[in-house]
Amino acid sequence: MNLDLILGILQIVLIATTPLVFAGIGELVTEKSGVLNLGVEGMMLVGAVSAFIILVITGSYFLAFFVSILSGIIMSGLFAFLVLFLMSNQIATGLALTIFGIGLSSMLGKQYIGTPIDGLSPWFFVFFSFLIVFLVSYFFYKTKAGLILRAVGESHNSAHALGYSVIKIRFLSILFGGSMCALAGSYISICYAPMWQEGMTAGRGWIALALVVFATWKPERVLIGAYIFGGVTILQMNLQALGLRFPGQFFSMAPYVATIIVLVLISSNKLRIKLSAPASLTIPFYKGR
Amino acid sequence: MIRIITFLSTFLVFAFGSAYADPKKVGFIYIGPPGDHGWTYMHDVGRKYMESQLGDSITTTYLENIPENADAVRAIRKLADSGHDLIFTTSFNYMDQTHEVAKDFPDIKFEHATGYIQADNVATYSARFYEGRMIEGHIAGHMTETNTIGYIASFPIPEVVRGINAFYLAASKVNPDIKMKIIWVFTWYDPGKEADAANTLINQGADIIVQHTDTYAPCQAAQKAGVYAFGQASNQEEFCPDAHLTSIEDIWGPYYAERAKAVVDGTWSSGDTWDGMDKGMVVMSPYNTKLMPASLIQEAVNMEVGIKDGTIHPFTGPIYNQAGELVVPEGEVAPDGMLLGMNFYVQGIDGEVPQ
Repeated sequence: MNLDLILGILQIVLIATTPLVFAGIGELVTEKSGVLNLGVEGMMLVGAVSAFIILVITGSYFLAFFVSILSGIIMSGLFAFLVLFLMSNQIATGLALTIFGIGLSSMLGKQYIGTPIDGLSPWFFVFFSFLIVFLVSYFFYKTKAGLILRAVGESHNSAHALGYSVIKIRFLSILFGGSMCALAGSYISICYAPMWQEGMTAGRGWIALALVVFATWKPERVLIGAYIFGGVTILQMNLQALGLRFPGQFFSMAPYVATIIVLVLISSNKLRIKLSAPASLTIPFYKGR
Repeated sequence: MIRIITFLSTFLVFAFGSAYADPKKVGFIYIGPPGDHGWTYMHDVGRKYMESQLGDSITTTYLENIPENADAVRAIRKLADSGHDLIFTTSFNYMDQTHEVAKDFPDIKFEHATGYIQADNVATYSARFYEGRMIEGHIAGHMTETNTIGYIASFPIPEVVRGINAFYLAASKVNPDIKMKIIWVFTWYDPGKEADAANTLINQGADIIVQHTDTYAPCQAAQKAGVYAFGQASNQEEFCPDAHLTSIEDIWGPYYAERAKAVVDGTWSSGDTWDGMDKGMVVMSPYNTKLMPASLIQEAVNMEVGIKDGTIHPFTGPIYNQAGELVVPEGEVAPDGMLLGMNFYVQGIDGEVPQ
């Protein structure tokens, strides 16, 4: 093992893990406010395709990312409207959002499949993903607004009684989640694998969802979890290429197994408090009760 | 009023329906989207070719992105229930699902791609892609400077292992120092992961990337890193013009047209088809004249001719397995049975086939 090889591995890990960090941190903020949005994969795909289309049409990377984030806000806004105002079930609505996103992105991107583009260097986004985790962590634990957001996620009735607008805070949290998922998607289609292919996020949205649980709703642990997952994936590829016998299948399944273990652990109530799962997660808020 | 409309519509259906003489319905199950510019794309090109050949005597339908699990049963059954006469299931792991549905619909004809189990109403078909792998291996043996080849493999099925072996046998013949680095990614379709694997191999010194996955992400990664690559399933030159040496193209159209014609004529019978370059089912994309010396291109073309007329076979003995046992004696070629069930690496390849 020489230094170049190790630096190379590190680079690949950073590039591969960044989309998981974006999507994971976005979903974390949403869940911290007490809303579970299972539409991550769908929002990522719509974000990926809209960034790609805008880049092909205008040639501007800035516009591509701008419109992509806008698409994430629209998608998650739709979800927020359904679950916050029409009180639809969060799990069913989130799944529907994913299915909708898969279909919508395929439809929009049909004529852009196989259009060659110039990829953008990923390094700004890699740096930005670390920054955003730091900012979210700071926001949660060092600012009053962050405390309020967490309070809404823990007990929306208490927060409401204290005069905070539960609906508004949740709405904004969902929009933040949506924009981060769209950013993750656009990073994939513009930087990571510069192309548009139907369903090209290939399940990363679900891994991001799993990461939030695995991280027990702590921002810095989302980062750690994402890098454990990304690191293990790339490391096992390296071991394979070095000719060592290695059960690749096991590592494809590892993040899901870890999530199930964490879920089993937090299904006991006492532990759940310790592990900081938002107590009001998935519980709809009816004003005036 | 309603009665008149009903009468009119019934009349119209009969009047125009009969004009088309009851076209046969042909359905396809795709594992990916037709736009992958790889495996599914080429099946869709085949489907369109079939349509163009048979015109009004058939109509076609396809269901895309069907996972290789119980969902496939539902998808195949859906086609069967909706009156399709011929159904192509275009991935290896649709095997059990195809047979499960075929049992319930004895009058419907099924065609399972790359499978090896037939039934009265289930035929199998595949192409001898390994013939193309041999040519790629030969080219790689000449073109590599680091003597290291990076190979991105999908799932450890005979089809993929056969490709690796055919490639290595040809490459090591022209360049005995060649080393193969193989990464199994356990997916056919994940542009990000395919790019990661390509970058990992390049980082470990590979200067030629070979892929057995479905998107052009590896070729793109090779282009970016300034190394060579072979495309997969379709001509991928436009996505990586400075890396792309050639691709193995899957040409399904003539076979699809022939089988659909047989259903229209009522002459379809089950069977197993495994055609290669001689029947035009496997075709090499134009060799990259910017990157390859003319003499090497000529050698590759000569090899194509030899494979077509049967004087060259990628698995010509002596071939040893990793344990050093002779599996194909000198002067003989590997029988199809061995090729179809191939689950071992030949001598010289490091590592093991994942189980």
